[in-house]
Amino acid sequence: MSSNEEKPIPPVPDAQPLYTRTDFVSGQEVRWCPGCGNYSILGAVQQTLAKFNTPKENYVFVSGIGCSSRFPYYMNTYGFHTIHGRAPAVATGLCCVNPHLSIWVITGDGDGLSIGSNHLVHAMRRNLDINILFINNQIYGLTKGQYSPTSLQGKITKSSPYGSLDHPINPLCIAIASEATFIARTLDSDPRHMSQILARAKEHKGTSFIEIFQNCIIFNDKTFAPVTSRETRDDRMIYLEHGKPLIFGAKKNKTIKVKNLHPEIVDYDPAADPAGYFIHDEKDVWPHHPYFLTQLTYPDFPMPFGVFRCVQTSTYDQLMDKQIADVKDKRGDGNLKDLIYGKETWKIE
Amino acid sequence: MSTHPQKILSSSTILFAGDSGDGMQLAGDQFTDTTGVMGNDFATFPNFPAEIRAPLGTLPGVSSFQIQFSDTNIYTHGDMADVLVAINPAALKVNLNKVKPGGLIVLNENAFNETDYKRAAWASDPLTDGTLNDFQVLKVPVTDLTKNALKDIPLKISEIERCKNFFVLGMMFWLYARNFDHTIDWIQTKFAARPEIVNANIAALKAGHNYAETTETIVPAQTHIHKAKMDPGTYRKISGNNALAIGLITAAHLSEKTLFYASYPITPASEILHELSEHKEFKVKTFQAEDEIAAMAAAIGAAFGGELSATSTSGPGMCLKSEGLNLAVMTELPIVIVDVQRAGPSTGMPTKIEQADLLQAMYGRNGESPVAVLAPKTPSDCFDMALEAVRLSVKYMSPVILLSDAYLANSSEPWKLPDTDKLPKIKLTHPTAGKNPFLPYARDPKTLARAWAKPGTPGLEHRIGGLSKADLTGNVSYDPDNHEKMIRFRAEKIQLMSNDIPLLKVRGPESGKLLVLGWGSTYGVIHQAVSEITEEGHKISQAHLNYLNPFPKNLQDILKNFKTILIPELNTGHLNVLIKNRFPETKTEGYNRMRGVPFQTMELKQKIKEML
Repeated sequence: MSSNEEKPIPPVPDAQPLYTRTDFVSGQEVRWCPGCGNYSILGAVQQTLAKFNTPKENYVFVSGIGCSSRFPYYMNTYGFHTIHGRAPAVATGLCCVNPHLSIWVITGDGDGLSIGSNHLVHAMRRNLDINILFINNQIYGLTKGQYSPTSLQGKITKSSPYGSLDHPINPLCIAIASEATFIARTLDSDPRHMSQILARAKEHKGTSFIEIFQNCIIFNDKTFAPVTSRETRDDRMIYLEHGKPLIFGAKKNKTIKVKNLHPEIVDYDPAADPAGYFIHDEKDVWPHHPYFLTQLTYPDFPMPFGVFRCVQTSTYDQLMDKQIADVKDKRGDGNLKDLIYGKETWKIE
Repeated sequence: MSTHPQKILSSSTILFAGDSGDGMQLAGDQFTDTTGVMGNDFATFPNFPAEIRAPLGTLPGVSSFQIQFSDTNIYTHGDMADVLVAINPAALKVNLNKVKPGGLIVLNENAFNETDYKRAAWASDPLTDGTLNDFQVLKVPVTDLTKNALKDIPLKISEIERCKNFFVLGMMFWLYARNFDHTIDWIQTKFAARPEIVNANIAALKAGHNYAETTETIVPAQTHIHKAKMDPGTYRKISGNNALAIGLITAAHLSEKTLFYASYPITPASEILHELSEHKEFKVKTFQAEDEIAAMAAAIGAAFGGELSATSTSGPGMCLKSEGLNLAVMTELPIVIVDVQRAGPSTGMPTKIEQADLLQAMYGRNGESPVAVLAPKTPSDCFDMALEAVRLSVKYMSPVILLSDAYLANSSEPWKLPDTDKLPKIKLTHPTAGKNPFLPYARDPKTLARAWAKPGTPGLEHRIGGLSKADLTGNVSYDPDNHEKMIRFRAEKIQLMSNDIPLLKVRGPESGKLLVLGWGSTYGVIHQAVSEITEEGHKISQAHLNYLNPFPKNLQDILKNFKTILIPELNTGHLNVLIKNRFPETKTEGYNRMRGVPFQTMELKQKIKEML
C-alpha cells in the first residue's frame, strides 16, 4: 500500500507575498498569560498565512471555549468564537455553504476531546476541507487548572488533589481512528517547524488535524519539557521525514525498527540497507502506519513530530456539490411551480 | 349487479385501524388521495405508535388513520367515526369509543379467535358478548377472502396476507362510491419493479370492492358525498411536514439563496429532512448531523456563511439546541428553528401531540434571550409560516422558532395552491466595504438589525462570538452599561417585528362576552366548535395567533373588547401565562388537556357552553 518513492510536494509559498505578518494582527489586545505558549502559535499562524497570497478575506478562524479559543479575536480575518466544543460543527456548516474559504478550527484538549469529542470525530471522518489546530496543554487553563482528557493518570490538580484516575486519550489516535486525511504533531517552542506544518495543512485538501504541544505556564508548566527541552530533545524527539528512517539522537545515530509489531530502538547505520529500519510513509492509506508512530511515547521511546499521515480522498464539501450537480443533470434545475403543485392536483370551479 | 339503497350525505368520517404492520396508514392515504381528486374537502388524523412493529395483535401496536370528508368546508378530522374498519380485536378495542352510536363497524372476522381477542385484552368474544349491540356490524372474513382472491398469484402467504389493507380499502371505495383508478395507478407506479405485487394489490382492491357490492350480508346504503363548495382554484393534498419543507425551499428560491438544512432524525420532525434531501435540484444542502447540538451549530455556521439556514427537531432536541440557539441570539444570525412539538417531558410520547414547548421556546435559555416565535395553524399554513419565519429572520437578523406539532406534521388537508409567480421576493442584502471601518454591530434604525456580512467579502473582516459584544464594534465587552444596552437592543428588535406582521383578525362579533383564543394546530377544532355554537344562536368570537412573539399589535385592543377570554391549549396553559403576564387586566380561562390527542369538537363546545 505504500509508495515510498513518491515524495510529498512541499508547499510553495507565493514568490511575491501580498501580506506581511502584521496584516493578520487584529487590533485587539492579546490577553493570554505572559509566557503562554499560545503567543508563539499565534505568531506562527500569522507568519505562515503571510507567505501565501490567499486573499485575507477568505480566512475564517472558528473556535470553541478555552484559553486557546480566544485565538480568532487576535486574527485580522473573519472569526467566530463559538461555544464549548462546537467549533468543528459550526465550521462544518460554514464549509458546506462556502467551501472556497480557508477555515481554521482552533480547539484545545478540553474543548476538543471532552465536551466536543463527538463533533471532532465527525468532522474528521467526513473529511471537510478544514484545518483543525488542536492545542494540547494537558490541562484546563481557562477554568483554572483541572485535569483534562489528555492529562496523565495520577495528575495532581485542583479537581484531583489525590491524583486523577482517568487514563489519558492520545489525540492523534482519535484522528487516525476517524481517518483524518492529514495528521501531524508540532510544538509551540519550535516556530519554524510549526510554520512548515501549518503550511502543509493549508495546502492539504481535506481535514487537517494538527496536535500542537503547548506549554501552560501557570497550571501545567514544563509538562512536555522531559521530551522537548533543549537538553533532552535530541534523544527524545524524532522529526518525521517522508520516505526516511526515524533518525534521532544528538549524533543522528539511532533509529527505530519493527520487531513482532513492536518498536525497537537500534543504532542507525547510514550505509546499511534502510529496509531493515522503519521507513516513514505519510502517504500510506492504511491507518496502522501512523498509529504505530503514535505509540512511540515518552519515557520508553522518542516521540515523533511532523506529518504522520497525508492522503487524498474526496472532501465532504466536494461530494455535497457533486451530488447536487448530479441530481441537476438528471432532473434539471428545480422548478418551483412543479415542487409546490406536486404530482397531483385537482381543480375546484 | 345488486341494487343497494343509495344515500347522499354532507360529510362522513372513516377510521381505519389495525396492527402497525397492517398498512392502515397506506389505506388511509389512498382513500384521502382519491377523496381529494373527487373534490371533497377533508381533514385527516394519522395516529400511530412509536414502535415500528409492536407485538402482533396487542393494544400498543394499533395504528389508525381517520379521515373526515365533506361537501362543504370542514376543519377537523371528526370527533367520532361513522365507519370503523378494524383489522383485528386490538384495533376494535382501542377504537370502539371513537365510533358514533349506530355507526358501522367492519371487522376482519378471521382475526377474532380466542387467542386473538384475549391478546387484545377482551375478556370475552366481543362479536358475541353484546359489546357491539349499539352498532351495525359487518363481519367479513377479510384474511380468507384476500387469500382466495390471490390464490393464483405466486407470492408467499405472508405477502398475500399483507394485501388485506387493499381489500378493506376496496370495500370503502364501494361504500362511498369512489373510483379506484387513482389507487390502481399508484400501485402500478409504486411497485413497478414487482409485477406480482402490483397484481396482488389490485386483485385485493377489486375483490374488496366486488365483495361490498355483491355480498348478501347486510351492507348499508352506498353513500354519496358530493364535491365540496370550496374556493375555486387548484388544490393538492398536503401534510404539515411536507408544507414546511416546500415552504423552506420556496423561501430560499424567493431570496435567491442556497438552503442549508441541518438536522438530526427525531420523531415527528424527520419527514422534513427526508423531503428536503429529495430536492437537490433546488441546490438544497441537507446535512444529517451527528446530534441535535451539531445540527444547530452547523446551521449557525451556514448562517454566518451568508446562506439561508434552518434546522428542525422536536422537544427533546430543542433542549439540546438551546445553547446553540443562544449563540445565534448573541451573534444575531438568521436561522429558522423548527420544533415539531410532541408529548413530553423527556421522551414522552414521541408520535403524539402536545403544545407544551411554547414556554420553552419563549424562555428556555440562559440569560435574557428573546427569540421570535411563530406557529402554523393548519397543515397548509406550515408553508406560509415557513416563508414568514425566513422573512422575519433575515430582515431582523434573528433566530426564529417555528412551533409545529405532531398533529400538523402528519395530518393532511386540501391546499389551495398559490400563484407561484406572485409570491413576493424575500429581499436581503449583504454589505460591501465602504469608506469607514466596518462595524458588525451597527444597526438599521428601523429594524435594529445588524448587517449580514459574508466571510469572503474584502474589507469586512470581523469577529463575532458568544461573549458580550460591544455596541457597534462587536468587540468583547464587560462594560456594565453596554451589556444592558445590548440586552435591550435584542429585546426591542423582536418587538419591532410587530410592525411587520399582520394584525390579528376576529371571527364573529368584535366585542362581547366570550372570545376563544388559540394558537397552533387547535385552529380547526376551535373553528368547528365556534361555528356550531354560533349556528345554535349564541354570540361568540374566535381569534387565532400565528405570531406568539411578538404578539400582533392589536391583540390588546381585541382582548379588552371581551369580558372573558377562553384559551384552549394542549398544555397546562402556556399561552394563558403569556397573556396574563402581558395583559394582567384580561380575564382569561384555560381549557387544558394533555392526552396526546387533539381536542374533540364536543368537549370544546361543552366548555364554551358552560361559559356562556
